[in-house]
Amino acid sequence: MELRGKLLDVSGLKVSFYTYRGVIKALDGVEMWMDSGERLGVVGETGCGKSVTSLAVMRLIEQPGEIQAGRVIFNGKSLLELPEEGMNRVRGGEMSMIFQEPRSALNPVMKVGFQIGEAIAKAKKISIKKTYPEAKEMLRLVGLDPDRVLNSYPHELSGGMSQRVMIGMGLATHPKLLIADEPTSALDVTIQAQILELLDELARKMGNAVLLITHDMGVVAEFCDKVMVMYAGHSVEYASTVRLFEKPMHPYTGGLLLAVPRVGRTDELKAIKGTVPDLVDPPPGCRFHPRCPHVMELCRTSKPPLIQVEPGHYVACYLYGDKKEVREDV
Amino acid sequence: MSDTLVKIQNLKTYFPVKKSIFSRKLFVKAVDDVTMDVPTGSTFAVVGESGSGKTTLARSILRLIEPTSGQVFFDGTEVLKLGGKDLLEIRRKMQIVFQDPYNSLHPRKLIKNIIGEGMKIHFKISETEIRQKIGEVLQEVGLRDEHMFRYPHEFSGGQRQRIAFARAIVLKPKFIVLDEPTSALDVSVQAMVLKMLKEIRVQEKLTYMFITHNLSLVDYIADRVAVMYVGEVVEMGEKNTVFTHPSHPYTDLLMASNPIPDPKFQREKRLLKGEIPSSINPPSGCRFHNRCPYADQRCTDEAPELRERSPGHFVRCHYPL
Amino acid sequence: MEKSVKVSRPFVDDLKHTAFLWKKSRLTMIGSVIIVIFLLMAAFAPLIAPYSPTEQNLSNKLRSPSWQHLFGTDQFGRDIFSRVITGSRIALWIIFLVSVISGSIGIIVGVTAGYFGGIVDEILMRITDMFLAFPSLVLAMAFAAMLGPNLTNTIIAISIVSWTTYARLARAEAIKVKSQPYIEAIRSVGGGNLRIMFLHVLPMCISPVLVQLTLRMGTIILTAASLGFLGLGVQPPTPEWGAMVSDGRNFLIDQWWISTFPGIFIAFVVLGFNLLGDGVRDMLDPRLRR
Repeated sequence: MELRGKLLDVSGLKVSFYTYRGVIKALDGVEMWMDSGERLGVVGETGCGKSVTSLAVMRLIEQPGEIQAGRVIFNGKSLLELPEEGMNRVRGGEMSMIFQEPRSALNPVMKVGFQIGEAIAKAKKISIKKTYPEAKEMLRLVGLDPDRVLNSYPHELSGGMSQRVMIGMGLATHPKLLIADEPTSALDVTIQAQILELLDELARKMGNAVLLITHDMGVVAEFCDKVMVMYAGHSVEYASTVRLFEKPMHPYTGGLLLAVPRVGRTDELKAIKGTVPDLVDPPPGCRFHPRCPHVMELCRTSKPPLIQVEPGHYVACYLYGDKKEVREDV
Repeated sequence: MSDTLVKIQNLKTYFPVKKSIFSRKLFVKAVDDVTMDVPTGSTFAVVGESGSGKTTLARSILRLIEPTSGQVFFDGTEVLKLGGKDLLEIRRKMQIVFQDPYNSLHPRKLIKNIIGEGMKIHFKISETEIRQKIGEVLQEVGLRDEHMFRYPHEFSGGQRQRIAFARAIVLKPKFIVLDEPTSALDVSVQAMVLKMLKEIRVQEKLTYMFITHNLSLVDYIADRVAVMYVGEVVEMGEKNTVFTHPSHPYTDLLMASNPIPDPKFQREKRLLKGEIPSSINPPSGCRFHNRCPYADQRCTDEAPELRERSPGHFVRCHYPL
Repeated sequence: MEKSVKVSRPFVDDLKHTAFLWKKSRLTMIGSVIIVIFLLMAAFAPLIAPYSPTEQNLSNKLRSPSWQHLFGTDQFGRDIFSRVITGSRIALWIIFLVSVISGSIGIIVGVTAGYFGGIVDEILMRITDMFLAFPSLVLAMAFAAMLGPNLTNTIIAISIVSWTTYARLARAEAIKVKSQPYIEAIRSVGGGNLRIMFLHVLPMCISPVLVQLTLRMGTIILTAASLGFLGLGVQPPTPEWGAMVSDGRNFLIDQWWISTFPGIFIAFVVLGFNLLGDGVRDMLDPRLRR
């Protein structure tokens, strides 16, 4: 079967969480794809499933969550079928991830140098002592003073510095894909700019692809080549960044862009009526239908498939129903 | 009512920090000699990053944190010298909405008690009247009467902020400090809340002080803006003036760092290097000198004063842009 | 105007979840069953006990367990079964009063210390430390001896040594709560210290203290029984279990039932409270609530 993305291709991903309140159907057939060296932004609001998707790709979903269906092809390998050891090699090797709160990701009682060393040692199968020269080089690469940082504890570093360390650790093994889950949401604006610049520069140097998860449309516009918009566990639109902002096709995307304030904008902000649905009892059919100004009968009963509407631009919406379907329904 | 509702003069809020019994006393100079005038009926934005002192400033004005020195005038009355009944009266007129929707409403209390408590403290009115007023104010913020019989955890983040705002306006204040009221909300919810804030300000003839780190919000909602850096005001003026002609290098770089939601917008890569300095031991001279692309020896030696560059536009810089 | 979020009835949901967790742990269920039996026993004591617990019948003394006297009789001819059953009332009474008294003192001291901080905190905590410096049983013995051995003084003595844990818990919670935005909010609306402390901070400190109270109920009975055994607590003829165990000391070899049955009941009830308490603590631990 033809893959849309040569580096990463996710289709039909379904993830649910079994809690006492009921089953949270977090992801309901998510699709996503990337090529090598590409920058894909995954945007959406609370509950859309963007973080769950990346955790599922890394196979880090734990009880009470469960991947129920789907296919994830990464660099030729079918990740959901790999045995745990194989997946362990992929994680932190060809594919790595950085998170929102860098200081939570670092062990507070171990020196930073040791933790970086661990990451390198595992991938290269050498002892941690031998990793120090490489760790120093990596710290220099991310713009930090190696001697000072290697011997520090995480709490001695600022938010921006910690995130640089995380990026360094993430890229130490020269992965093909770096997943960044809201890497700058906890940082100040000026530091955020530095970190995004760093990610950009390193990605160009090392050639890795970046999957950037964020809720900030400004960050997406500046950093990403392509965008995937998610809503309540569905992939609703995919396009190049330029095209998405120019001509958003899905009503949710349109609504979202009208709600984003920006310096210099003169028209009034528009809010999307209604609220994000409860995923224990989500609306049937298209999960956006209760809030959609263009809702039709079909939307209430059937989930629209993600179809290509113009070259490189995909939408999951019945307003564009008459276009050719690219894949079969899962 | 005069033109200036809230006048802040030389306000300082220092927090003592003791490293050990042997080290000398150190202070976190969170708010270090801040002077600003908030015009009646306007939205005055205070922008800054971590350590700028904007949050401490907000709380110091309301005396939720006691300032170390300086003066705050509310409609002519000196707030910092008040006590007892007078302070209580001022408390009614100056309100605050906090950033965190999940922690600013008491988790074990009904909405009606959360909103109604203020009225019980300040007025002697009957339970029926209280309920009526609560119902009115809930409708004003876009919720319903019956919501007063629920608990905070039954509401979403956006709804909780509306409730927090309802609590603030039910006492019919004149001045409301909004401390990053939408930072924890999704974009579409933020839009709703911001619109509501704008509408109600006009309806109820309020004056806002809007604290944020997000310049896009400042552009949307504010009339005047003050930029803070490590406890000091570095630039202050009409929003349009400051946004179109940022005069302090920090303001300029702050704006340059703000991501614009438009992929076609070509921005020059101008980054602010370095880390935000600590407020315990700020850099000598101009606090921004070690990160400023235009700094020279004078900037290291001499701290610049806040000077009026053009009517209403103030900058704290030896070489304003 | 937006529609409100679907009412999730969180308290009911929470109860359902708690019930779900409760059923999962067999030990907790066993503990609960024991306690329920204990409570029923105490509630219906006069109906269950076939004889009066204090009536002596010297012609019937030292009888071994039989159908007329399920647990036998003691050296005064009293029916042990009736005494044990009635003893459960006394045990329950002691647990209840001690919990209320020590819990109240503890919460008030803790909240005041935590809320005001500074010198108030220092003074109150040093007082708490003084009480904590002694092993609780020894201190209880000292107070009981000082006050005189009877039921009321037993309750007082145990309360005096128990409140310190709750004070610490309440203080820790109060410190956490006082810096929360919702407390600042009340201050901004004009609320004064007393109002905030009693109406807003204190209610938040009640849960952890309640959990701890449940966990310590077993200890309370054990302390009361120990005092009773040593003769420093409830005096005969009141059928307090510890005192009953002590009563039978001289008859342990030939008339084992006099000490043994009350002893077994002490053991079971303490076990029940411990199992239940552990279960409650695990259930309320937010990280384990899945």
